[in-house]
Amino acid sequence: MSMAEAWVVIALAGLGTFALRLSFIQLFDGGQVPRRISRALRFVPAAVLAALAAPAIVYGPEGFASDPTRLFAGLIAAGVAWWRRSVLLTLAVGMGALWLLKWLA
Amino acid sequence: MERSTAALTAGLQAMAPILPSVVPFGITAGIAALDAGLGPEGAFGMAVVVFAGASQIAAAQLIGQDALAVVVVLTVWIINLRMAMYSASLAPHFAGLPKRWKWPLAYLLTDQAYAVSITHFTAAPEQGDRHWFYLGCALPLWVVWLLATGLGVWVGASVPASWQLNFTIPLIFMALLVSAVYDRPTVVAALTGGGVAVAAHGLPFHLGLIAGALCGVVAGAVAEVLRERPGAGRAR
Repeated sequence: MSMAEAWVVIALAGLGTFALRLSFIQLFDGGQVPRRISRALRFVPAAVLAALAAPAIVYGPEGFASDPTRLFAGLIAAGVAWWRRSVLLTLAVGMGALWLLKWLA
Repeated sequence: MERSTAALTAGLQAMAPILPSVVPFGITAGIAALDAGLGPEGAFGMAVVVFAGASQIAAAQLIGQDALAVVVVLTVWIINLRMAMYSASLAPHFAGLPKRWKWPLAYLLTDQAYAVSITHFTAAPEQGDRHWFYLGCALPLWVVWLLATGLGVWVGASVPASWQLNFTIPLIFMALLVSAVYDRPTVVAALTGGGVAVAAHGLPFHLGLIAGALCGVVAGAVAEVLRERPGAGRAR
């Protein structure tokens, strides 16, 4: 697409995203978010973050488990993340494991 | 020290350990934009106007593959649907604030700002000045995001693809995921969300992501209801 088209895409993408961010913050002002919704909301971060992370680690460029080094490095990093709960450490170990495994392979 | 300043500083302190991890994420998003032919202006444009890493990267990849404009826009919206859920979760804490607070705070909403602030709000429900705490979390991340984007644009193509810097993205999400999982229902939510997203990976428009997220939320809610049933303790 042309750069002009790309700018329109970026603008619309951004406006919609802002609307999503603002939605309930602006709409639910002082009133109570329905109890069912607030109870369900507790699970949003866990569900979404897992939905974001899992496919990226499991799928290589040619499909399911086509890049075992990523899978192993991801599992090692998951272990570290669980053990230490440190974002920085998880990143360091994960990338280190990836490079090490690639070098060994 | 004024209470608002104290809250602001507390927010910054809570966010500080996460800020370094945002840097490779931002660099990756900047490089992705360059790879898609969007140039530095496009990279910064996306970083400021969209300000959502996962969707920025997905959009850049789609643009580079000559996808239809409408597909790119919808994909970004779908990936960022979870922002509405964060918005609902934060709404009670921002109730009563004027628009000049709500709109900037909403603009600054990210996974990390949400995770850090909601943890604090639920742990310390009596504390006031939540908007200042949240600002202390969210604004530094925005600054770091722009700096990292700049770094990505500047360093750009010189980083070898073999370094696989884009692997930092799932790593960051995984590290954040661990903090979001703290009891059995949240474990269920995460396993379901991840499992469905993997199974539905082939769906177009990143629908696998939203399918995983929705199924995960439902599964977690069901697990919680089952756990609270009388007699649930006996039948494991």
